[in-house]
Amino acid sequence: MSFYFAQFLTGLSSASSLFLVACGLSLIFGVTRVVNFAHGSFYMLGAYVAYALVQFVPGSILGFWGSVLAAALIVALVGVVVEILILKRIYNAPELYQLVATFGVVLLMQDAILLIFGGDDQFGPRAPGLDSVVRVFGEPIPEYDLVLIALGPIVLGALWLLLNRTRWGILVRAATLDREMVASLGVNQSWLFTTVFFLGSFLAGLGGALQLPRVSINLLMDLSIIAEAFVVVVIGGMGSIPGAFIAALLIGELNAFGVLVLPQATIVLAFVVMAVVLVIRPYGLLGKAETLAHVAGQVELPIRPASTLAKSIAGLLLIGLVVMPFLAGEFAIVLATDVLIFALFAASLHFIMSNGGMVSFGHAAYFGLGAYGAAFVIKYAGGSMELALLAAPLMAAAGALIFGWFCVRLSGVYMAMLTLAAAQIVWSTAYQWQDLTGGDDGLLGIWPSEWAKSKTAYYYLALVLCGGGILAMRRMIFSPFGYTLRGGRDNPNRTESIGINLRQHQWAAFIIAGVFAGIAGGVYVFSKGSIFPDEAAIPRSVDALVMVLLGGVQTLSGPVVGAGVFRLLEDEISRLDYWRAILGVIIISIVVIAPEGIAGFIKKIAVKAGFERNEEQAS
Amino acid sequence: MAEIMLELNEINTFYGKAHILHDLSFKVAAGEVVALLGRNGAGKTTTMRTIMQLARPQSGTVQFEGNDITRWATHKVAQAGIGYVPEERRIFGDLTVMENLEVGRQPVRDGLPAWTVEHLFELFPNLAERRDNRGKQMSGGEQQMLTIARTLMGNPKLLLLDEPSEGIAPVIVEQMAQTLLEIKAKGLTVLLSEQNLHFARIVADRAIIIEGGGAVFDSTFEDLETHPEIRDQYLSV
Amino acid sequence: MSDPVLSVRNLSKSFGGLKAVSDVSFDLAKGELLALIGPNGAGKTTCFNMLNGQLRADAGQVRLNGTSILGLNPRRVWRMGVGRTFQITATYASMTVRENVQMALISHHRKTWDIWRPASGLHVEEAMQLLDLVGMREQAERAAAILAYGDLKRLELAIALAHAPELLLMDEPTAGMAPRERVRLMQLTADIVAERGISVLFTEHDMDVVFSHAHRIMVLNRGELIASGSVDDVRNDARVQEVYLGGGTLFEGQAHG
Repeated sequence: MSFYFAQFLTGLSSASSLFLVACGLSLIFGVTRVVNFAHGSFYMLGAYVAYALVQFVPGSILGFWGSVLAAALIVALVGVVVEILILKRIYNAPELYQLVATFGVVLLMQDAILLIFGGDDQFGPRAPGLDSVVRVFGEPIPEYDLVLIALGPIVLGALWLLLNRTRWGILVRAATLDREMVASLGVNQSWLFTTVFFLGSFLAGLGGALQLPRVSINLLMDLSIIAEAFVVVVIGGMGSIPGAFIAALLIGELNAFGVLVLPQATIVLAFVVMAVVLVIRPYGLLGKAETLAHVAGQVELPIRPASTLAKSIAGLLLIGLVVMPFLAGEFAIVLATDVLIFALFAASLHFIMSNGGMVSFGHAAYFGLGAYGAAFVIKYAGGSMELALLAAPLMAAAGALIFGWFCVRLSGVYMAMLTLAAAQIVWSTAYQWQDLTGGDDGLLGIWPSEWAKSKTAYYYLALVLCGGGILAMRRMIFSPFGYTLRGGRDNPNRTESIGINLRQHQWAAFIIAGVFAGIAGGVYVFSKGSIFPDEAAIPRSVDALVMVLLGGVQTLSGPVVGAGVFRLLEDEISRLDYWRAILGVIIISIVVIAPEGIAGFIKKIAVKAGFERNEEQAS
Repeated sequence: MAEIMLELNEINTFYGKAHILHDLSFKVAAGEVVALLGRNGAGKTTTMRTIMQLARPQSGTVQFEGNDITRWATHKVAQAGIGYVPEERRIFGDLTVMENLEVGRQPVRDGLPAWTVEHLFELFPNLAERRDNRGKQMSGGEQQMLTIARTLMGNPKLLLLDEPSEGIAPVIVEQMAQTLLEIKAKGLTVLLSEQNLHFARIVADRAIIIEGGGAVFDSTFEDLETHPEIRDQYLSV
Repeated sequence: MSDPVLSVRNLSKSFGGLKAVSDVSFDLAKGELLALIGPNGAGKTTCFNMLNGQLRADAGQVRLNGTSILGLNPRRVWRMGVGRTFQITATYASMTVRENVQMALISHHRKTWDIWRPASGLHVEEAMQLLDLVGMREQAERAAAILAYGDLKRLELAIALAHAPELLLMDEPTAGMAPRERVRLMQLTADIVAERGISVLFTEHDMDVVFSHAHRIMVLNRGELIASGSVDDVRNDARVQEVYLGGGTLFEGQAHG
């Protein structure tokens, strides 16, 4: 019994840490509507800065607690700089753009911390005076954990007072509901947002700094905490601080006890709980239906079949792709195969996201499932490549069938978060189920059949499968089914009111997208000969988003152009030392400078030059 | 004519690629109540939003008390003394009546009566009863009262009212007309946009008809009566 | 009088103890234009949402041509022949005017699962006829996103007529329109429904529109029907004047003609 109580206290202390991070994230989302991926980076930064202050400030002027507070303040200032330089410019952009931009910040911060602090794990000191344990029912409990347990409710109370009893709090809550109206009443919302970001980042930094005596600090802290913080924020209801507190308790305890029952599946467990909560309460425990903030939306124009010019360009491109192996070397052929695979992957995301309005932050799940599905056929069933390439879409479809059923019950940011959770389930299963997947070591030696062994033959196989997949999806976009999806994106109420079961169509679209992502994954695994859990991880999902964004969300040819440019770019810069930071800067620049993407940009030029129809004058 | 409080000068405003306001010019004198009339899509709301700088004019200027406020940040425009009551009311549904009023509070301006919560509750007795209710629990008419009261908390010199009678029961609109006349008696300048000619005639001194983003008529209601063709062309029932 | 198209009996709905609609009963005859008016929060929208299946009623009966439709979801209600227009226009901004109507037709003909044929070629003739009916043929190829407000309302009407409904529910059909446009739209609606024998139940705040076009008026206050009858009956009802119409300074003098 006493053991379980001790375990319960452990759960409480991790719940407090989680709450500190999650409440800042929820606060920032509530006011600015930005899903801030970089929040995890602020947490990590808080830990590193606190470590540096404790270790290197001479004569321990600050002491442990002084260092923790100073670290949180420094992080808060970094947060303010990020807000002013980047986020202020994209507050009115669609959530996808914001998320991708904040992921750019994640990459940038990873390399910045690597540069300053190095890549080794660091171990912080114990907190002075709190370095021993107390006996609770005979079980040892670290004193420091008891302090953390008390800290959670204290921060919750302080935030509640701040939000409900001060003018600042009332203004923040008003801005959560209608920013434009707040500005019209004479409130400088720009300043308000900056203060919110200051507070949110401070809390993230504090959460990170407080981890110093508990865990080793390393460069993986950012993405692992952000996934967990997303889960907490979503379960609690985005924007709800008390909700985040309850959810943090839930997840903290779930982890503490889950580890006793299912030690291999702790990560999965949290995401399963989240999925269940969202199906029962689509806006989280204490969340409210998303109110449409009064932000001028982008007006999208009708899709048209490709113009003669565009068709000729596509034809030339196809001819170019067919003759390419005769002209280029092996290296270029391998790279081109890669581009084809990622073009299909990006197109499958574009299919549901742009046409269907379903933003998926976890599309790598289906790429990964396809890849593992193919690998399993080779490894465990002794099957052929042909059979494996059939198993890839089936495995991905099965995943999309299950995850999609949950996801289409939600919309907007909640749906996006659930797709992310789904991808994390796939990733953590691949990572933790070593017997099946080889865990971090991956599965090796998965090579194509004899006839497709040469780089050129495999390139043609990829061209047929990926090119065919892209064309098939394009055809679907113009079909009644595709129009139904687009209608659902434009106006779900209207769609239901003309007798269409939108959810069923969206579910089907989810599965179709999963199938094509799965094909991409299957082709990928044979081109590389191996598969690792990374192929289902967050960065891979973000890759897909970046490719779609790079090409232009609203342009049908966008994903193909985006995948091409992205892979070539990645190939160039991944040889450099700080390639993550460079990629981060590129991503941020695209979102801030050219949000219509490359293909969208070219189309705009074509319209201006008179080659393409301009809708405004088309009547 | 009294001192000019607001002056729009050859304003051109676009929404996306659509050209909404075409060389729109008009003036509002201090103490006046002016009604902007015109069919939906004529540009009345865009005019209001342009004055607040929520929509940025491509060319032209907005002058308020002699200052060029074009391209100012919206909160600066509000702080200068322009109070905006948007269409669709837009109260903060999760905030209480008192909290809604707090968001609107701004320092007192010299030369004008300072609005306090007590004054506003005299003007809108319903709100006093519901002071601790959340905005979303109130009826449409009460919400409209709250948004006007909320804007008055900023002690504006000029009040912009965008379609205050839209979607409100006639009996409530009649009360609102009386309230507006009281507000006017306190010396406030008011620019309101309206579809309901009957209501506009009760409260306003002057009518400006907007059509296709430009002013096509600018005179008194008596003048409008003597030009039935204008009335028929742009407003007729 | 022949059997009513729509028959509502004792319809009730409470939200957490608050009676939003209580014991509402009425009939709607073929070809009739029935207006439902009342102050904000009187329960008009709640009534509408129960009729078209968006909201579950606590009690009561709703029959369409004798068949109970209460408890069916909005899609089923639509398939039974009930059309709907929205207070805030709900069209597909990223489609052309013609495609908007085609979508309703594609759904009516149950072709939404077709993943291969190009949608733009389906039911073109039918769509153009509907657009003709509401006077929007010339604008068929324009994007719905760039339509003027009055045109959007007409498009909405064409969409609502696509599955040849017997009953049309119109939620504040003229909200946000100028007086002249309001009358034009209601006249168009009245002509179409008269020609096709469609019954219409509509809510409206513009008394000029109500008094000049409704065949009959019902007044809802705090969830209860407080008056029902001809335009003149309702206008002269003291209770209706007190809770809703006021002193009559805000609408035109003439009765409907």
